[in-house]
Amino acid sequence: MQAEEKMTLEQWPAAPERQTLEAKNKFLGFWFFLGGETVLFASLFATYLALKDKVPSPDHALAKDLFEIPLVFLMTMILLTSSLTSVYAMYHMKNFDFKKMQLWLGVTVLLGFAFLGCEIYEFNHYVHEYGHTFTSSAFGSAFYTLVGFHGAHVTFGLGWILALMIRNAKRGLDLYNAPKFYVASLYWHFIDVVWVFIFSVVYLMGMVG
Amino acid sequence: MENNQMNTSNPKIDLDFRRKQNAEEMRHQVISFALMILFTIIAFVAVGAGFSAWFTVPFILVLAAVQVAFQLFYFMHMNHKGHEAPMLFMFSGVFFAIVMIIAYLTIIWW
Repeated sequence: MQAEEKMTLEQWPAAPERQTLEAKNKFLGFWFFLGGETVLFASLFATYLALKDKVPSPDHALAKDLFEIPLVFLMTMILLTSSLTSVYAMYHMKNFDFKKMQLWLGVTVLLGFAFLGCEIYEFNHYVHEYGHTFTSSAFGSAFYTLVGFHGAHVTFGLGWILALMIRNAKRGLDLYNAPKFYVASLYWHFIDVVWVFIFSVVYLMGMVG
Repeated sequence: MENNQMNTSNPKIDLDFRRKQNAEEMRHQVISFALMILFTIIAFVAVGAGFSAWFTVPFILVLAAVQVAFQLFYFMHMNHKGHEAPMLFMFSGVFFAIVMIIAYLTIIWW
């Protein structure tokens, strides 16, 4: 069973994402990376919590003036749903159904773009309505660094999944690319993990005061 | 070769079993998705209802932690066998994350 050998449904292993040595290494290395990302985001959260509402003068907008429940709720639902659609994609990957996997990855990517669009609108709104910019206050810097870093992860994830989908469109599933799809979906779930803390710590706690 | 092993000698039985197993896992994932949506709504409602911050903040943090556990163990398959190393990596990450957040908050506040 070579990694790039054409496979049939009967031959397809139960854990295609960890079948070859390369796949096992990729799996281990990627989880190590996610452990590191946890620490990285923790440092940004810690900075944000320490600098929240630290503004040079009272005319600057504070967290409770900026955030609005409906938009954040919508963004949360979009990202949570995109996490489920990427779970669907991996379900079809395990059942060796390449077309359905591509379809659900496509839905995931569309939801990701919708999320990104909301975030761009949101940042634009803060800058033009409230004068809340990256350089306006320590609060602004900490906010845009944390939330923007998450947005950058979403952007990178979209590029990654799209590249995999296009690169493998005519190749179909094999043991060489199955771990690539699997790892990309882990990354997408991790983006959602970070967002759960962003909407709780930044937005909801910001509105509580 | 260890990597070339099939689960049983009969691929047909193997296939049926695996399909059933995958469907079962999917069911668990859909249930955890429904619970995650529910927890999210509860968190937003708790903030909208305007309880005291001393109640709301710990409450939404607990909801976030539970949601993340669902995400990691069901969506990211950490409940499967062979995830000892990922557990080690993630739990050490969480440990350092907590230490770092406590350190930043206490150093800048006090």
